[in-house]
Amino acid sequence: MAIDVDTARKVAKLARIAVPESELPKVAKELSGILTFMERLNEVDVTNVKPMTSVTPMELKLRRDEITDGNQQESVLANAPDTKEGFFAVPKVVE
Amino acid sequence: MTELAKLTIEKARDGLRKKAFSSAELTNSCLNAIQEAKGLNAFVHDTPEIAIKQATDADKALGQGDTSSMCGIPIGIKDLFCTKGVASQAASKILQGFKPEYESTITQNLWDSGAVMLGKLNMDEFAMGSSNETSVYGDVVNPWQEAKSNKKLSPGGSSGGSAAAVSADLCLAATGTDTGGSIRQPAAFVGITGLKPTYGRCSRWGVVAFASSLDQAGPMTKCVRDAAIMLEVMSGHDAKDSTSVDIPVPNFESFLTGDIRGKKIGVPKEYRMDGMPDEIEQLWTEGTAMLKDAGAKIVDISLPHTKFALPVYYVVAPAEASSNLARYDGVRFGHRSSLSLGDGITEMYEKTRAEGFGEEVKRRVMIGTYVLSAGFYDAYYNRARKVRTLIKGDFENVFAQNIDAILTPATPSSAFGLGEMKEVDPVQMYLNDVFTVPVNLAGLPGISVPTGLDKKGLPLGLQLIGRPWEEAEMLNIAYSLESSASFSDKPQKWW
Repeated sequence: MAIDVDTARKVAKLARIAVPESELPKVAKELSGILTFMERLNEVDVTNVKPMTSVTPMELKLRRDEITDGNQQESVLANAPDTKEGFFAVPKVVE
Repeated sequence: MTELAKLTIEKARDGLRKKAFSSAELTNSCLNAIQEAKGLNAFVHDTPEIAIKQATDADKALGQGDTSSMCGIPIGIKDLFCTKGVASQAASKILQGFKPEYESTITQNLWDSGAVMLGKLNMDEFAMGSSNETSVYGDVVNPWQEAKSNKKLSPGGSSGGSAAAVSADLCLAATGTDTGGSIRQPAAFVGITGLKPTYGRCSRWGVVAFASSLDQAGPMTKCVRDAAIMLEVMSGHDAKDSTSVDIPVPNFESFLTGDIRGKKIGVPKEYRMDGMPDEIEQLWTEGTAMLKDAGAKIVDISLPHTKFALPVYYVVAPAEASSNLARYDGVRFGHRSSLSLGDGITEMYEKTRAEGFGEEVKRRVMIGTYVLSAGFYDAYYNRARKVRTLIKGDFENVFAQNIDAILTPATPSSAFGLGEMKEVDPVQMYLNDVFTVPVNLAGLPGISVPTGLDKKGLPLGLQLIGRPWEEAEMLNIAYSLESSASFSDKPQKWW
């Protein structure tokens, strides 16, 4: 299935990556090429095959529900591009 | 002096214990080698202060009789591992300036055993690539060159910096990570040993995530014995990674007897690809003969879904990557785009990610977004996960026939020139991983061992695939193969 420019624009939007209008045809072409490659999977009979959820059969371990960590505000914020009064700072989200 | 840097972990360990030299001397030898090798662009963040401090501590510990195998051994760390207070960027612009406040479990295990950190190693951005040409730091150059040529070659990827550094004797060993072949393919391209453990053997905590169901870290070393020594230190259960398995870690080195009499080695017919170079075919035949001469039984086997492994991988890995890489939003760490008047939070995300991610990363995030989007989830993602079940089933069937390990080529060619693959269709680049990807999809251990040179004078490797959790057995067969092949060529120093 080929990806057209409209689909490429929609995918870029969903992925939250700004792609200039002029580059969309190139992106659409590359994505189409990769999808064509994936279409080989349609040759496989997958009737009654379960999708893999865990490559190594294992039971998730349980642990006590208790606080083991915390009080690290400075460390948590140390790498943030912008902080204000001990919080991550971002542009206004609600009007 | 850079002579000591040429040692293996095994030889250095013996020398350190006998006090033939100190860890400080060994470490300085590596630091000098790194200084001389800037042209390879392998080390991208040097940490000489940390190295000298750790070496001094190691010398003290050795003086007090510390017998840890890695005590005082200088190594390089792939940039994908978070190392406290030291730049850890996954070779991406989006993590520019990021200095983790914590240490990955694997690197902590290494430091706890006395290993010495020389610095961080170049790689493909977010480990997405097979040539080390997608890095924000620029290409890594393979220390190997074709006979009578000075053309610059790719060291493979994504652990290209680790591969180049070990091959060029800038460090004794390095950490790598392998999602679809990123340890084994570069190891083969530079003539060293690279091991991907069983999924769950090593903790992924603190390793920047690419595709969580496939990612696994492992050692890249100068020989099989070193891989055994280093893997033992890296392995083990970690409460911080629920997919790391709580089973005992064997003393892998103690399994290296070289005795493989009666072992059953499978040779899968589906790995004999159309258009495979004769030299690869010949290497594989020779490797098979070596194992046979050592007393192993060679069995023809079939892994019928092999040809679907790459398309499955290129659905599953980008899907997981698009989820994992959603965290790079310009809020908590790394790069944030400068905003224009009126830009809201959506524009901040979109501009930050457009500026911060390279082309290959954007491509994979968008493919992943597409295959997970409403209406396509079943057609692509779910179908791929079903075929993945079949691929794993192929291996299970073979192992049920008491096959101990599988022998295949590691790569479909020797190292190619930098830039040669840049203009081709991305799918062509993906074909590099044709022999390695099925192993990740099935969660199995694999090791790439150098066994010969091609007509151009470049190294080639063979891959052994082991049964789940039987790295020790796989290492012993690799050790036998290594002894028979007695590959000892090194790149001629030009850098």
